[in-house]
Amino acid sequence: MLSSPFVRKPASVQQVMLTVLVALLPAVALYVWQFGPGIVANLLIASIAAVAGEAFVLWLRGKPVAIYVTDLSAVVTGWLIALTFPTIIPAWILVLATLLAIIAVKHLYGGLGQNPFNPAMAAFCLMIVAYPSAMSQWPPAGWTDLGTHLHLIFGGSLDAVTGATPLDALRTGLRGSATVHSVRTGEAFGLFGGRGWEWIGIGYVLGGLFMLWRRVITWHLPTAFLVAMAIIAALFWGYDPARFASPLFHLASGGTLLAAFFIVTDPVSGATTPRGKLIFATGVAVLAYLIRNFGAYPDGIAFAVLLMNVCVPLIDMKTQPPVFGHKGQ
Amino acid sequence: MIAGLFRFNGGVKPETHKNESADTPIRTAPLPARLLVPLRQSARTTARCIVEPGQKVLKGERIGEPDDALSTAVHAPTSGTVIGIELHTMAHASGLGTRCVIIEPDGEDRWIEPRPGDLSGAPREEQLAWLRDCGVVGLGGATFPSHIKVGRGTGIDTLVLNGAECEPWITCDDRLMRERADSILAGAVLLKSLVGAQRIVVGIEDNKPEAIAAMEQAAGALDADIRITAIPAIYPAGGEKQLIRVLTGIEIPHGKLGGDFGVQCFNVGTAHAVHRAIVHGEPLISRVVTLTGNVAEAGNVEALIGTPIADLLEQAGPREDTDRILLGGPMMGFEMPQGDVPLAKGSNCVIACSPALFPPPPPEMNCIRCGACARACPADLQPFELYWFSRAKNFGKAQEYHLFDCIECGCCAYVCPSHIRLVDYYRFSKSEIWARERDKAAADAARDRFEFRNERQEREKREKAERLAAKAAATKAKLAESAQAGSGDKGGDGEAKPAADDAKAALIAAALERAKQQKAQVQAKNTDNLSPAQAAQVDAAEARRNGATDAEAAPDTPKEAPEQN
Ligand code: SF4
Ligand code: SF4
Repeated sequence: MLSSPFVRKPASVQQVMLTVLVALLPAVALYVWQFGPGIVANLLIASIAAVAGEAFVLWLRGKPVAIYVTDLSAVVTGWLIALTFPTIIPAWILVLATLLAIIAVKHLYGGLGQNPFNPAMAAFCLMIVAYPSAMSQWPPAGWTDLGTHLHLIFGGSLDAVTGATPLDALRTGLRGSATVHSVRTGEAFGLFGGRGWEWIGIGYVLGGLFMLWRRVITWHLPTAFLVAMAIIAALFWGYDPARFASPLFHLASGGTLLAAFFIVTDPVSGATTPRGKLIFATGVAVLAYLIRNFGAYPDGIAFAVLLMNVCVPLIDMKTQPPVFGHKGQ
Repeated sequence: MIAGLFRFNGGVKPETHKNESADTPIRTAPLPARLLVPLRQSARTTARCIVEPGQKVLKGERIGEPDDALSTAVHAPTSGTVIGIELHTMAHASGLGTRCVIIEPDGEDRWIEPRPGDLSGAPREEQLAWLRDCGVVGLGGATFPSHIKVGRGTGIDTLVLNGAECEPWITCDDRLMRERADSILAGAVLLKSLVGAQRIVVGIEDNKPEAIAAMEQAAGALDADIRITAIPAIYPAGGEKQLIRVLTGIEIPHGKLGGDFGVQCFNVGTAHAVHRAIVHGEPLISRVVTLTGNVAEAGNVEALIGTPIADLLEQAGPREDTDRILLGGPMMGFEMPQGDVPLAKGSNCVIACSPALFPPPPPEMNCIRCGACARACPADLQPFELYWFSRAKNFGKAQEYHLFDCIECGCCAYVCPSHIRLVDYYRFSKSEIWARERDKAAADAARDRFEFRNERQEREKREKAERLAAKAAATKAKLAESAQAGSGDKGGDGEAKPAADDAKAALIAAALERAKQQKAQVQAKNTDNLSPAQAAQVDAAEARRNGATDAEAAPDTPKEAPEQN
């Protein structure tokens, strides 16, 4: 005998994940426009690897493969990996990263919903530690030739490529005693962020707004993340504008906007209470900023996310909202 | 004072499906062939049956007497013959049986005579007793006795009348308000004076404009402080605490009642029943019930309490593919237990289900911690945490996260994209916790009994020893006396001193004896009162131990000894 409720909203995990994928499309389109269609190849490779890995582990674990694979959560992980990795990364690194994310980070902890770490970010960290040079080769904006992309993805030599992310360029420049201003006149930079990246950032914002509207995410995480990032950047920038880039630059560069709407908002590995979300996102932003500026890696978001993932149980526990009728007690 | 409306967090907006049944006037259900009037009208108490099989009863005649504070009377819904008193499955999710008086109607529907007049001017106590004797209970579902709920008659400021009716499909209160607004408000005014309130606030969801209009019109004709308030149609706005929150801004915590905060809430149907009872002297023998779902002709009928639900549903013409029957709404109702059940006072809706109308839930997936459930929870809980703790059988944590504040409204399960049957997990946890508490209480009681028995046994032993000692002393004294008598002096003078000495000696002897006894008890408590067989075993064990051959067997046997009697 079933019990109440007997009706339910026609919502499903699949729909949630589909909404996320749809929300990524504007950014993907802008990506193609700015950096060529190589990203599409990466998205495909990562999706296939993710789904294959997911199906395999589900089969190993004796779970209903069809039901879980079609929830699209693996595809979302694959896409996030493809979007955070350099477009010209060799395919085998991408596949390895995706499989690690799905098999080790997600399923070894019990599968969807039980992984304490964000799979895409964990994969990113593992790869940047294991293959630092491949992970730091980025094609410059306007580098849109699919043939070259594919050549590089499928085993071509990396020597022909120059490129670093604006954050990386800034770091290297500043280490060489240049000022922010002089570095930023370099060709990797655009109006207020990295050249080309500014457009993609707009795509992420659009997708984020779409997800907010569809109620897939709440305002807490992106807002807290962006505000915290802006504030800490403003503090350092105010202290020494020659050594620290402006808040706007930090917001528009690297993975900031992607992270604000698609990474810190991962519900599984993030905080869940309203106040907890604010704390979690603030923590990620501050740590990411510090790693960007003082750490060993050009963009610290992935490490920051993992570090904050560790704190989630504590944050959630300490931020339980008051229950109906228990307020003010 | 009320300034505008307040809101509660969460809530959902399921499809209402109210139009199906709301548009036709209330019909009177025909007399069924048999009525099964449950003597238990709420989860709490059962009335004492005062009729016998074969007895003729009249409509409104009392067939069950209230026999404790929380109980109310039960009446024959029509005239006829009692043909049996049997256990029958009742309209409750548990599917448990309850004693029912089975009445075969004679078709005359003849009222009991004489019927009392208008009691609205009578003293409060008399009115309350009358409500109890009329079997008036809350018709919103919980069937709490109304004469208890009106409370002390002081300290209440606002009487809230619940006309929200937020569950999908149900329209009985809507129709009642449209058609009998005068009677409802007259009942509300009676209730207001019974609870001692200053004013009446009626909350009606804004998807019932006709009901609101009818109630406003009726209120305009009355000289009382009545405010009809349209509230946003968000399920569960009709939950008592949610409605009070919306109308007054007061949040009543779990375990507290509206009365503690100066508000008391009654369902509109209850107010109607109060009016019928006090002004017309009519006991509560019928109610309006919605028949809807997979039926040809949805609507509302006024049906006698005890009418078999299946008979009722026939009125609406259930379709071929009806596979289950729901009692109550789809958010909080339950599937009709196996077998037919009779209409109870709290049954407000009967829904015929078909697989198309109420498809089975998709398979459960993992929780993705999306928080949709938390956003929907009107009790501001974190349902996925409760789910997690319940699944892990971590009941202590579940309680810490306020499991018992969950009102089982089902909003969380309604929105969950992973189709987790969250409420079932909470019900499971709650029942486990209750079961454990029951077990613990039983264990505590057993321990108390055991300790009490031990104590009694020791006291008895002590008293026996004292009696013995006293007797011994008396014998000694007597001996001394006869010895003295033997020496020839029969006079009373010489007796006093030795007797006093003897008494002292006896007391000392008794004390020594007591001490010895106590020492014996302390040392060999386990081996007191042994049966010969056990004594033999003990001896054997003792022998073994002394012989140090088998050290393990020894402690086993005597341990059981105290339980022997
Ligand atoms: S709605 Fe369902 S999936 Fe989402 S957090 Fe709640 S229980 Fe988990
Ligand atoms: S059933 Fe309980 S946990 Fe779920 S929404 Fe209602 S009150 Fe909250």
